[in-house]
Parts: sequence; structure tokens; C-alpha cells
Amino acid sequence: MTTTSIPSPRKISTEPRRSDKVFRGVVTTGGLSSLVILGLIAIFLAYRGFEVLQQEGIGFITSSDWAVNIDESGNIVDSTFGLGAMLVGTILCALIAVVIAVPISVLSALFLNFYAPQWLKKFLVAIIDMMAAFPSILFGVWGFLVLMPSVEYWGMLINRYLGWIPLFKVEPYYFTRSPFVAGVVLAIMIIPIITSVSREIFAQAPLDRIQAAFALGATRWAMIKAVVIPHGRSGVVGGAMLGLGRAMGETVAVFTVLNIVFQVNWQILLGAGGNVASLIILKFSEAGEYEIKALMAAGLVLFLLTLAVNAIANVIVKSTGKSGR
Amino acid sequence: MSTAAVPTKPWAKSPQDRILGLTFLLAAIAFSYFFVAATEMKGKLAYAFIFFVAYGVIISTFSFITRGPQAAKDSFVSALVALGAVATVIPIASILLTVVQKGAPGLHLGIFSNDMSMATPTDPIPTGGVLHAITGTLTMVVLALIMSVPIGILTALYLTEIKGKFAGPIRFLVQAMSGVPSIVAGLFILSAVLYPITKNYSALMGALALTILMIPTIARTSEEVLLLIPSELREAGTALGGTQWRTVAMIVLPAARSGLMTAIILGIARIAGETAPLLLLTGGGDKVNPNPFSGSVGSLPYYIWKSFNAGSPEALTRAWAGLLVLMILVLILFIAARALSNRKMSK
Repeated sequence: MTTTSIPSPRKISTEPRRSDKVFRGVVTTGGLSSLVILGLIAIFLAYRGFEVLQQEGIGFITSSDWAVNIDESGNIVDSTFGLGAMLVGTILCALIAVVIAVPISVLSALFLNFYAPQWLKKFLVAIIDMMAAFPSILFGVWGFLVLMPSVEYWGMLINRYLGWIPLFKVEPYYFTRSPFVAGVVLAIMIIPIITSVSREIFAQAPLDRIQAAFALGATRWAMIKAVVIPHGRSGVVGGAMLGLGRAMGETVAVFTVLNIVFQVNWQILLGAGGNVASLIILKFSEAGEYEIKALMAAGLVLFLLTLAVNAIANVIVKSTGKSGR
Repeated sequence: MSTAAVPTKPWAKSPQDRILGLTFLLAAIAFSYFFVAATEMKGKLAYAFIFFVAYGVIISTFSFITRGPQAAKDSFVSALVALGAVATVIPIASILLTVVQKGAPGLHLGIFSNDMSMATPTDPIPTGGVLHAITGTLTMVVLALIMSVPIGILTALYLTEIKGKFAGPIRFLVQAMSGVPSIVAGLFILSAVLYPITKNYSALMGALALTILMIPTIARTSEEVLLLIPSELREAGTALGGTQWRTVAMIVLPAARSGLMTAIILGIARIAGETAPLLLLTGGGDKVNPNPFSGSVGSLPYYIWKSFNAGSPEALTRAWAGLLVLMILVLILFIAARALSNRKMSK
């Protein structure tokens, strides 16, 4: 007679298996990489630029001189590094770009959502998305060879009729490669970004209220004013901030169309501007070891600036609609 | 046979409306022509701008007379939004047209089989080519893919599958990372790898910087794709006794395959034309460099940059031809990504 052996009861636990533990560990490590990379960027740039930051102190941001004097044997006699003019220029160009791009983007987002027939909408959305993927050197070369002559002419017209406003004054009379030109090129680069953010936010406008507005006899514009714009306002602000961040970090496209001058300049039509990213490209090729450190510090300032702008933008977009890009 | 009732379309335009609309259009065109001729504006853009404003004013005046102030505002805005859309499209059209027009003369038979090592900027177009640039760009893209695809997809998996306690901050950081200026990525690699370790230009250095720029694109697109996978699939996997690892590897990822491909292609499109970090890190050599880990290497953006700065007419034509090649590359990638994601939608 055989006794049937009863299998011992299986142990039940919520403990993940070893394979799952490994899996979770690997995925979490991968997920944390963005944190690690951002942290490393800040640490390394700060480490390399530390010497310069320490020597220049707050003057690195406020002063506008950038000079290295070298004696015959190649040793640095003295040096001053100040990003003041470059920072002002960066912010000025980016602001010009946003001021030009936001109205155009909002109008074209409204057109795409509420005016265009379906086939045209599909076609235009594809084209605008594609434009967002265009490399910046394309905008740079095109901006320099095709766009710049006409924009300089616009600048002259603005100066002739609105020159009494201090912002549009031009002294000395020199229009080539001005912050205005750079701003227009940047505007063309960020229009696709702001358009697609605004379009997505506008598309989330509550349909019942849109239909209620129409049912009450509103025209299309009255409906947009009453329903769509109040709904999408902060989303558009967020989109504009995203564009601002992109415009601040843009390098090649600005470098080709901007005349870099180490002097704070608020006259946007005058051919003298500054840009942190372009400064790095401009000075890199002939920079000595110590100047490279200054460039690293400049990179750190640019990094922190764009990080802050982007963070604010993302918070604004996210609090408006969940599909903020 | 019964006669079917013919549906009427009360909203359709009557012939009278059409004639009126056409008249307004012609009037606006005529006005813009004379206005531009009378003032000191010039160029096609001025015509387009004045045309839309004039058209808006004309139709809104007509609406005001026939239907009152509300309708007038509405008509004016409809002309204005069309102006906005046109202002968005004109630069794209201009870019596409100029690049094709000016780049086409720079194309020749040997362009993909020669490099620039034996050609100077003023040589006639048929000497030299972009072989070194194409191979360099390909090398860097492949190296960047090897590094960024695992990290990007792991990040997306962390956000969608594990949903750990860092999910919120990481999503935020990935978005912040997508705003890192490309020049900063270049400087970072310069300070962290090139100066202390390798001390030499190479394709790998360029690829490392491109990886930083590519990770956020891949991670965010993959996250969106993985979120579309129905959770029933995951539950089915678990119900059949699969561990989380097996479920993800054998069910979720295969189901999201085409979407992940889209993410990768968009990542490539993002970095293919990136210039600034390559100017710092790759040296931009004129010869095909078979060693990706050492030595100066060319790339399409660097080639364009060099030719553009050389300034001679031949060099400018080369720059446009390089831009044409680069643009076609980006277009192909973009169309491929769209086709893939459309197929996914229709499934």
C-alpha cells in the first residue's frame, strides 16, 4: 500500500522574483540617468569654470569686458571676462523672437483649429511639425543669404517712421546683422513650437461650451473670444516660454546673422548684439586654456538660464492641459 | 422607380455670393498692388501682407453694411488668422524652394563617392564630395543610437511600467533636458571627457554630445507610445503567470514596436543636423576617417558650416548642396516616422 504524498503548500509571497528585482533595478537606473546627466553637466561646467567665476565674482554677469592680454611668450598678463552684454543680447534676441512669433503662432493655431478645412489642416500640421525638425544650420544659412537683406530693409523702414521711440533708434546708422535680424530668424524657428503647443491647448477647449456659444448666436470670433482664449491663455504663455528657452540656447542660426559686440546695446535695429552661445563658438577656436575655462563658466550660466525658463514653461503648460508638449 | 428628394444645401454659396467674393479678392489684390507701388515698401512679402489687411478691411466693411458690427469683427478676424497661417508657411516654402534651387547645381555624379581631402574651396564643383561627411554623420548617429536608445527606452519604461516614486521628478527632468542648449551639451563633453580623458577629436565625442540631445526625444515619444498600450495586455501577461520582466519584454515592447521605431527615427531627425556640439568636439576633417574612436572626423553640418564660412561662390554652392542632402535626409526620416505612426493608429 502506498501513501499518497501530499505536496507541501506553496509559499505565497508578494516578494518579486529575482528576475524582476534585476529588471526593476536596471530600469530604475536607466530612468535616473537624466538626473545624473543634468547633475553632471552642472557639476563639470561649474568645476571647470570655478577659477574664472571665483576671480571675476559677480562681475562675470554684470560687466561687459571680454579681453585676454598675452605677452610674447604666450603667458596671460591679465584678463577680464564679463558676460553682461552677451546676457542682455541673448535675452533681447529671444524676447524679440517671442514678441514676433506669439501673435503669428496664436493666429495660425486658431486658423488650424477653427477655420481650416480638414484636408488643409492635416497638410499644414504635417508641414509645421516637419519644420520643427529642421536643423538650425538650415535656418542660419537661409537666414543669412535669403532673409537678412529684406529684414534689414524692414529695419530701416521701422527706424524711419518709429525712430523717435528709443528702442528703435539707430546711432550710428548701421543696420547689418542687428539683434532684430537675429530675432526674426529665431522667431521663424520657434513659430512651429508655439503653434503646436497652442493648437493642442486650443483643441482641448470644452466642446459643450463651444456649441453653447454657437447656439446663443455667437459668431466664430465671439465664440473664440468667449471660450477658447480664456481656456488657452496660460497654455499659450507656457508655449511662449518654451519658445523663449529654445531661442536662448540657439547657437548656429544666431551666430550667422548677429554681429557680436562687447557692449550692452538696447537699440534692437543697430547692428551690434550679443549672445552667450554664439560667444562660445566665436571664441572657442582661438581660446587658450584659461579662456576656455571662462567659456565653460559662460556655458554654465546659459545652462542655468535655459533650465529655469524651461522649468517654468513646463509647469505652466502642465497646469493647463495634460498634453502639454 | 421613385424619385428621391434632392437634398437642398441652404448653407451653400449662391452664384451671387461667389461673384461678390471674387470681386473683393480682386479689389484687395489691386489695392495691395497700388499701395505697395505708392509707398516705399517692396517685395512679395509686402504684397501678401497688404493683400490680407486690405481683404480683411473690405470683407469686414461689407459684413458691417449687410449684417452689423459683430459680423464685421468676425470677417476681419477670419482674414487675420489666414494671414497668421500664411506667415507660418511662407518661411517653410521659401526654405524648401531656395535649398532645392541653389543646392541642385551643386549635385554631381561623384558627390557621394569623393571626399574633400583633395579639393580646395575654390575648386570647380565636380571635384570633391560629401563622402567623408556622410560617413561621419552615419558613424555618429549609429554610436549615439547605441547609447541613447537603451537609456531613452529604459526611462520611458520607468515612467510607464514601474511608476516608481521618482516618476514625477524624472518626467520633469526629461522635459528640462530636452531644453538643454546643444552648445552646452558640447561643452559638457568637452570638459568631462575630451579634456581629461581622450584629449583628441573623434566621432565618439560628437556622438556622446548627440546622445544627451537625443535621450529626451526618445524617452518622451516612447513614453507616449507605451501609455497607448492597453493595460489589459499587461494584466493578461500577469494572469498567465508572467513576471513583470517577461510581461514587458514579451508583450508590451513587441506591441509597441512600431511606435518605438517612430521614437527612434524622431530622435535621429533631431540630431542629424545638430551643428554646435560638433564644432567643439569633432574637428571636422576633410578625409574619410574609418576610426570612430580617434581622429578628426567630418559630418554634414560641419561640411556645410565650413563651406559657408569659406565664402567663395563654389564653396557656397557646396554648402547649399550639403543643405539639400541634409534636408532630404531629415525629410525621409520624418516621412518614415509619420508613416510608421499612422500604421500604428490604423491598426
